[in-house]
Amino acid sequence: MSTLAAADGPTVQESAKTIQPAWVRTMHWINAVAMILMIMSGWQIYNASPLFDFHFDKSITLGGWLGGALLWHFAAMWLLMINGLAYLVTGFATGRFRRKLLPITPGGVISDAKAALTFKLSHDDLSKYNYVQKLLYAGIIAVGVVIVLSGLSMWKPVQLYYLVMLFGDYPTARYVHFICMALICLFLIVHVVLALLVPKSLRAMIIGR
Amino acid sequence: MAKRSFLIPGVDRRLLIKDAVKSMPDLTRRRFIAGGASLGALTLLTGCDVLDSDRAEEVLKQVSKFNDTVQAWMFNPDALAPTFPESAITKPFPFNAYYDLDDAPEVDGKTWKLEVRGLVDNKKSWTLDELYALPQVKQVTRHICVEGWSAIGSWTGTPLRDFLKLIGADTRAKYVWFQCADKEGYNSPLDMRTALHPQTQMTFKFADEILPRAYGFPMKIRVPTKLGFKNPKYVISMEVTNDYKGGYWEDQGYNSFSGS
Repeated sequence: MSTLAAADGPTVQESAKTIQPAWVRTMHWINAVAMILMIMSGWQIYNASPLFDFHFDKSITLGGWLGGALLWHFAAMWLLMINGLAYLVTGFATGRFRRKLLPITPGGVISDAKAALTFKLSHDDLSKYNYVQKLLYAGIIAVGVVIVLSGLSMWKPVQLYYLVMLFGDYPTARYVHFICMALICLFLIVHVVLALLVPKSLRAMIIGR
Repeated sequence: MAKRSFLIPGVDRRLLIKDAVKSMPDLTRRRFIAGGASLGALTLLTGCDVLDSDRAEEVLKQVSKFNDTVQAWMFNPDALAPTFPESAITKPFPFNAYYDLDDAPEVDGKTWKLEVRGLVDNKKSWTLDELYALPQVKQVTRHICVEGWSAIGSWTGTPLRDFLKLIGADTRAKYVWFQCADKEGYNSPLDMRTALHPQTQMTFKFADEILPRAYGFPMKIRVPTKLGFKNPKYVISMEVTNDYKGGYWEDQGYNSFSGS
């Protein structure tokens, strides 16, 4: 833990230069690939037994049929889980989560949300997140944890019975899994649109500066 | 990726694929095209060529085998599937197969015999009356389909492990392989540790009634620690074996362990 914290130290001092450290950038893009694979194969799996009165068009799903989609889903899950776990551990160990995402105050979120909606939000210092960003980034990490836990519940409802109990029962875990997917998709749309509106934030996530 | 090595100067790659696909047998062709189409959207994202879809499928199969190992390691032979009160039973319990109910096997219970093969001491076939005479237990558990839906049902029958003991099966063998009367010949392998699980059952009754045709008359193997397709219906034979003999859905790509 201490070595990781020390390693992160210099980058903080040089924050004028490096906005996103290499480990954040690497894990961010691995996560992006894993998420897209999971979501697209997940839509195909959903189509086999839809929870609601609609299905996902085949052109945006992955796997071709249920069996193929399951192969993709249960392969990409390793990428998502290992990368996600490494991200959580590093985020806590380096103090990045605490430094970047806390505190989140209701007043701050409201005033920054107003500023954002009227396009008055400053993006001069990309190394500091505004309150809306803090809330969304902390929130999406929480959603990521819940989608993995509900997914594990559906994969192993007998072996991981206590995890299923957390959600109530197996059918409820399915709905939770779906709702988390929907939240991630909403986040993704906002996230991508804003990254394109503030291109230097996208550059920072690619080359660090 | 290794795209360049496939290139032949002056040959249009798309036409080449089209011609190659034409020469394939029908079923392979269908799956190949489905696989290719499935990678279509991904091709846009990654820039990888459709020719890599074969390799992708090979990698995915390897990961699925790895997942079999992980699941076998996670499998706790003492962990029981949750049981439910009778009031929780799903009514009507869904009929589900790759054919319509009209095409479900119609087995004559008077002439039907369960064939026993492989690594067992006593290979005698069993009539339905002989099987009905064995001690039975009832369990109300959740059936979970690979498609995602689930339903709670009541199944009564003889624990498979008791029957395996009775026939002197070599329980160190790797699998019990079931063959069924479904059209196209359904079959499915069950790993021995799951076969010996206390809740794995040779089922003769659904909701206290003789197993109806829709649910697998005369015998179903109920495995509450597996997905539905690993619960064969209309069973005609079981074989205790060390060989992996594949299964109807397993061969098409469903994960073989598919444990809950």
